[in-house]
Amino acid sequence: MQRYFLKRLGAAIPTLFIIVTLSFFITRWAPGGPFDEERALPPEIMANLQAAYGLDQPVWVQYTRYLRGLVHGDFGPSFRYKDFSVSELIVQGLPVTLELGTLALALALVVGIPLGILAALHRHSATDYVAISIAVLGIAVPPFVVLPLLGLVFGMALHWLPVAGWEPGSVRYLVLPVIALSLPPLAYIARLTRGGMLETLSSPYIRTAVAKGLPLRVILARHALRPALVPVAGYLAPAVANIMTGSLVVESLAGLPGVGRYLVQGALNRDYTLVLGMVILYSSVLIGMGLLVDLLHAWLDPRVRFAQ
Amino acid sequence: MTATLWRGAAQRLRTNPAAVVALAVIAVLVLLALAAPALNPNSVEALDWSQVATGPGVLHAHWFGTDRLGRDLFVRTFEGARTSMAVGLVAGAASLTLGLGFGTIAGYLGGRADYLMMRVIEILSGLPLVFFVIFLTVILGRNGYVLYTSLVAISWLTMARIVRGQTLSIRRREFIEAAVASGGSPARVIMKHIVPNVLGPVAVYATLMVPQIILFESFLSFLGLGTQEPHASLGTLIAEGAGEIEAAPWILLAPGIFLALLLVSLNVLGDGLRDAFDVREPA
Repeated sequence: MQRYFLKRLGAAIPTLFIIVTLSFFITRWAPGGPFDEERALPPEIMANLQAAYGLDQPVWVQYTRYLRGLVHGDFGPSFRYKDFSVSELIVQGLPVTLELGTLALALALVVGIPLGILAALHRHSATDYVAISIAVLGIAVPPFVVLPLLGLVFGMALHWLPVAGWEPGSVRYLVLPVIALSLPPLAYIARLTRGGMLETLSSPYIRTAVAKGLPLRVILARHALRPALVPVAGYLAPAVANIMTGSLVVESLAGLPGVGRYLVQGALNRDYTLVLGMVILYSSVLIGMGLLVDLLHAWLDPRVRFAQ
Repeated sequence: MTATLWRGAAQRLRTNPAAVVALAVIAVLVLLALAAPALNPNSVEALDWSQVATGPGVLHAHWFGTDRLGRDLFVRTFEGARTSMAVGLVAGAASLTLGLGFGTIAGYLGGRADYLMMRVIEILSGLPLVFFVIFLTVILGRNGYVLYTSLVAISWLTMARIVRGQTLSIRRREFIEAAVASGGSPARVIMKHIVPNVLGPVAVYATLMVPQIILFESFLSFLGLGTQEPHASLGTLIAEGAGEIEAAPWILLAPGIFLALLLVSLNVLGDGLRDAFDVREPA
C-alpha cells in the first residue's frame, strides 16, 4: 500500500512540473502583453513597467525566478490588481471557493449514494424511475441554467433565500449555489451507485448471504456496499474537476467572492501571473485529489493494490 | 457479422420506449432549428425598438419575446441551437476520427508502442484541460478555430481509450489473424478489418460525447469565451438570460429549455444505444 502510494506520488510531481512549465511558456509566447492598453503607452513608461516586473529579462531567467518563488509559496505580483500579490488574492478567495466546493461534493455524496442504493433495491419501481430521471436531468442541465431558475423560484417568488451576494459566516447565501453545483456530480454518483449495486447484488456471494438468512441491512452494510462503491470512488476525481469547473460560473452568477472569477478575469486581462497561479492552484488540487482517490480505490478494491 | 450486429441493435433499440422518444425529440428539435428561419420572418440581428424586452406571446410578431435590444428570441434561440448542434457534430466527428486513428493503432500494434501511446493519453487526461482551454481561448484569441480545437482536445482522449479497448478485444480473433496471414499490411488490416468492427460500440460513445461537447461549448460561451456576438449559441443566450432573470425571465427560458431537452434526449438515446449494442467500457 505504501509502495503503491509512493509510486503514485512519484508520478504526480513531474505532472505538476510539466503543467507549470507549459503554462509559463504559453503565457510568455502569447501575443499581447499585460500592459497593452487601448492607447499605446510611451516606450519609456513601457520599458520601466517591463523592468519593474522583470519582463525585460530573458525568458529562462524569468522562468527560474518564477520557479524559485513557487517553492517558497510566492506566485509573484498580480499585473492588474496593483498592490496585490497573487498569493494574497488566492488567500482571500480560496476559503469561499473551498466552502462552496466541499459542501457541493458532500451534498452530492450524501444524497447521490442513498438514492442510487434505493433505486437498485427497488429496480423498475417508481423510486427507481425518479432516481433515473434525477440522474438524467442532473447530467444534462448545467448549473448555469439551474441556478438562475432556483433563484427565480426560491429567491424572487418565495423570498426564502437570497438570489446572490455574500456575507461572511452566513450560510444562507450558499444554499442555492451549493444545490446548483452539486446536481451534476450527484446525478453521476446516483447512477454509478445504482449500477455498482445492481452488479454486486447479482453476484454469487450475495446470493449466499441471502440464503444464509442474513437481514438485508447486514447484507448491504457488511457485504454489498464496499464493492458497489468502487465505481463511485473512481468518479471522485472527475467529480472534483466538475465542481471546480462549475464553480467558475456559479461564483460569478451568485456573486460569491471566491477564486473562480480570477481565472476568467485574469485571462481576459492578460494578467499572466494571476492566471498562472490559478492554473497551478487548480492543477494541484486536482492532482492531490487524484492521489487521494487512488488510495481510496486501493482500499475499497484489493485487486487495485495487488495488481501493482 | 457487422450487418447482423447493426440489425440486432436496431431491433433492440426499437423495444426501448425511452430511447425511441428521445430519438423523436431530437428529430423534432433538429427540424425546428433548421426550419425556424422559414417559420418566422424576423431576422437574427434586426432590432425592434418598439418591442424591447417584450414577453412571449402568439399574438404579436415575437413568439418567444425579445431581448434588451429588441432582437427576436424565437429566431435567436434556434440560431443558437444550430450553432450548438453544429459545434457538437463537427467537434464530435473530429474527436471520433482522431480517437479512432490513435486507438486502433495503439491497440493493434500492442507492446511497447501501445504502452507509450497510452501513457501519453494518461498524462493528457491528468492535466486540468478545462483550465488550459479557458486559458488558451483567451490568450490565443477568441475565434472559432481555438474553440473547436480545444473542444476536440478534451474529448478525443476518452474516445481513443475506448477505441483501443475495443481493438484489443478483437485483435486476437481468427479473422484478423487470417488477414495478417494473407499478407495484409498493418494499415490495411486496421482500415479494412478493425475499424468496421469497432465502429458500432464506438458510435455509441460518440452519441454520449456529443452532448458533453455541446455542454462544454455552452459553458465556454456562457463565460464569454466561446461563440461571440452577434452570433449566438445556446450558451451566450443563457448567459444573457441569466443576467436578466429578474426583469425578463423568458430570455433564459427558451434557450435553457432547448438545451435541457437536447442534452437529456441525446443522453437517453446514447444510453439506449449502449444497451442495444450491449457494450461495456473495458478496463
